[in-house]
Amino acid sequence: MSDSDSPTPTSLPNAPETTPEQAIEHGLTEEEYTWIVDHLGRTPTFVELGIYSVMWSEHCSYKNSLALLKTLPNEGPALLVAAGEENAGLVGIGEGLGVAFKVESHNHPSAVAPYQGAATGVGGIHRDIFTMGARPIAALNSLRFGSLESDRVRYLLDGVVRGIGDYGNSFGVPTVAGDVYFDDAYEGNPLVNAMSVGLVKEDAIASAAPQHTGSVVYIVGASTGRDGIHGATFASEEISEESEDKRPSVQVGDPFTEKLLLEATLEAIDVGVVEAIQDMGAAGITSSSFEMSASGGCGMELHLDRVPVRESQMTPYEIMLSESQERMLVVCDPDDADQLVDVYARWDLHAERIGTITDGTNVQLYWNETLVADLDARHLDSGSGAPVYERETKRPAYLETTRAFHPDEVADCTPDTATDMLHTLLAAPNIASKRWVFEQYDTMVRTNTVVGPGPSDAAVIRIKGTDRGLALKTDCNGRYVYLNPRKGAEIAVCESARNVVCAGGKPVAITNCLNFGNPYKPEVYWTFAEAIKGMGNACTALGTPVTGGNVSFYNEHPDGAVYPTPTIGMVGRVDDLHTQPTTAAVQTPGDRLFLLHPDGQAYPNDIDGSEYLATVHEQIAGDAPRLVLDEEVAVQQAMRTLINTGTVQHAHDVSDGGLAACLAESALHGNCGMDITLSIPEDVRADAVLFGEAQSRIVFSVAEDHEPAIQEAIQDIEGVSATPIGTVCGNEFRITWAGITWVEAPLHTLRAAHENTLPNAMNAEQRTAA
Amino acid sequence: MARFGIVTFPGSNCDHDAYHAVKHVLGEDATFVWHQDTDLSALDVVVLPGGFSYGDYLRSGAIARFSPVMDAVVDFANAGGLVLGVCNGFQVLCEAGLLPGTLTRNNSLRFVCKPTAVRVERIDAPFTTQYAPGQVLSLPVAHGEGRYVADDATLNALESNNQVLFRYTDADGRMTDAANPNGSMRNIAGICNEARNVLGLMPHPERHVELLLGSDDGRPLFESLRASVNDAVPTSAA
Repeated sequence: MSDSDSPTPTSLPNAPETTPEQAIEHGLTEEEYTWIVDHLGRTPTFVELGIYSVMWSEHCSYKNSLALLKTLPNEGPALLVAAGEENAGLVGIGEGLGVAFKVESHNHPSAVAPYQGAATGVGGIHRDIFTMGARPIAALNSLRFGSLESDRVRYLLDGVVRGIGDYGNSFGVPTVAGDVYFDDAYEGNPLVNAMSVGLVKEDAIASAAPQHTGSVVYIVGASTGRDGIHGATFASEEISEESEDKRPSVQVGDPFTEKLLLEATLEAIDVGVVEAIQDMGAAGITSSSFEMSASGGCGMELHLDRVPVRESQMTPYEIMLSESQERMLVVCDPDDADQLVDVYARWDLHAERIGTITDGTNVQLYWNETLVADLDARHLDSGSGAPVYERETKRPAYLETTRAFHPDEVADCTPDTATDMLHTLLAAPNIASKRWVFEQYDTMVRTNTVVGPGPSDAAVIRIKGTDRGLALKTDCNGRYVYLNPRKGAEIAVCESARNVVCAGGKPVAITNCLNFGNPYKPEVYWTFAEAIKGMGNACTALGTPVTGGNVSFYNEHPDGAVYPTPTIGMVGRVDDLHTQPTTAAVQTPGDRLFLLHPDGQAYPNDIDGSEYLATVHEQIAGDAPRLVLDEEVAVQQAMRTLINTGTVQHAHDVSDGGLAACLAESALHGNCGMDITLSIPEDVRADAVLFGEAQSRIVFSVAEDHEPAIQEAIQDIEGVSATPIGTVCGNEFRITWAGITWVEAPLHTLRAAHENTLPNAMNAEQRTAA
Repeated sequence: MARFGIVTFPGSNCDHDAYHAVKHVLGEDATFVWHQDTDLSALDVVVLPGGFSYGDYLRSGAIARFSPVMDAVVDFANAGGLVLGVCNGFQVLCEAGLLPGTLTRNNSLRFVCKPTAVRVERIDAPFTTQYAPGQVLSLPVAHGEGRYVADDATLNALESNNQVLFRYTDADGRMTDAANPNGSMRNIAGICNEARNVLGLMPHPERHVELLLGSDDGRPLFESLRASVNDAVPTSAA
């Protein structure tokens, strides 16, 4: 509560009256409003109501997810800060270096304003990273759209890709990896998850916690406008017919200002004039001031009339709730203030003194001389004062139907149809080359991209001045999570780790972006709870703690919820850049191909949840594909051991499209054919062999004379086998077993199938638009 | 040791890449030049790097050319100093009138970033002496406005004066439309001025100076500059 000698805050004469109806209009529940009034012992002012509404929005408070998130493994030797303590996760990678990383959603803004929605998503996540003193060195993004056949979807895809590109390209951070899926489940509510990865010296990490009473508070960067007011609240409700009207809730990005803000901020931190710093993302000045106050255990007095604004007549309510981009709140010692202002001025940016750090724990907001809000930060902050709910769960009814599926319901492929099916799958939007997307991103600026998007399971970024690098990947197959939330989430973690391993890295830690429907629907909440369990299981098994992330609920539209999509952002360490980076492209004719797999599980009889089942048979059915965590751990260990022998020419995991697509992709990346001969047990379906997506399998190649060495290398790893399956050769792609040729195609037809889908869909669009 | 100055405009984002290439890969002397600096007397080579100077919200390079440093760059060039403009730097050089023509929106109307095959047209400029004539390089492009445009008279003059130093081709050195990433007239990727001391090119040589990043085909461009500086100014240390 406020000090006894402080005046009681009042609403300005022209502010609307605060009523329970107003509170509900602001997205608060009746119970929450009653609690607020009881707790304050008075009616909140209009500004205070606005503050509660955004701080207690799902987006800022995590009120419906926090209890479950706390069950995730969040400890490990590599972690430099615990999950949730700072703006992003932070892991040590040796040589005194830390890696800050986080993924965040910008789904709802992107649904109504794809270009600005995606652009500001990128800007926001980079600010989370450089507010810690880390220089962003790589960006990734994970995108989900409805069917590519829809005009609206192509409009969204075009806008999102341009938004990500224009912001990131200008900001000057390479976009190095990501994933894009299309499914009707995302129609009307696309997912746009952006991840940033930054590098910081361990002794130069900036904090969000002010240290000293009397320190001064500056707002730096862009001025404050009326854009994005109530963005956080908008993000915390379902998309509906009316959502188009919320376009003013979407912020407008300015990557140029962000670039200046980055350079000025890192310079200010470097010269030692920053005591504490917090970026302004969702809920703008409100969240940054209250979060800083809460994390520093200090009070703060702010004079909102001193905030530089873009428009005259802005009210304190609007200033507190604006989500104008490219701003930061900086706390510094009064003696350092002139230097702070000088640094920002050199980069042509505002640095306006708007307040001071005070005793106590209250944030007090003044408009001229009127106290318009006086609230205890502890009572607003996520996890301390903000409400925490565990919602009702109910196993979704649809699982009865999907689990009832039996493979016998669909015809197996034949030697006459398999080749066509492979072409169909390579051309399916989920498997087809994403070149049309990633060539619009600057993937190389800052000259650290050892392996960029395209021919690899994960990106590899070098760290200048060392022999080290990072392997990075985002992943999540939402269809698997829909069919089995727990196993699907396990697979999302395992696959992203497997990708990092195939690229030559050692998985270190994850960040996550949990995209789900309305948590007040028990069936949705059940999938959320199950997915959290699965994620925890897999992270524990792989030794990759969860460093933080973001929850995005209310991903619904009039036709229902999106697939539950817990996007994983995996960070791996590459210890020797000269020997370990490995791509998915085959290298040399004559190399021998192997399938690395759990013992006895080279060709599981499993087509569950596969792209094949969805594309060829138009069924979203079955369980998620086969995964056993112990097996996965052993396979990944074996793959890392093999790569460390220095003999592995290429490595690519079996995922969407199964073994046939995995092999074809590597042949295409390396521009060399393959002759594959398999040894298949009699009772296994051919479609399961070719297109089944059972997990924990990796195809790799070595030169012929290294064959004995690789068997020796993995002989001590229990439960894993490397089965020889063929040779890299010629311009033809062929798969045979039992004396029958199942797949036979020249590389150029496979390439046409794989490359043309997105350009054909999107460039036609461009002609129509022009 | 050749002294390279790399200009930082607000919004430059390849300045550190050029610095790294010169300083850490070539081992030459490199310094950053702030856009408000006007003294370039200590430099042998001025590099205008890639990026989005002033956000490029108007026309690429249109604001940067009014930076205080640009008057100095014009004087430096007119006095025979070596000036290299890469990507946004090329756009700034055209806006500043140091190079003819202009760079417009890619014909795809989209940003494009990928390695391109670029043929070395002339090796008689201080930027290309360490290449072989007709050599095909792998150099990345990364731009939204890289389509080189000029009127016929200008293009003909560029050709007859041998000012076109780089063209987009296929890997075998054939000039095709498919190999042209942005619709540049006559597949032009880089040109020099008549005096041959100012080069602008859209591909990024500084991105391909280390095999670790896929290619070092850009390295001889910087080595050519070093050789040119060392030939012109024998130093006591050499």
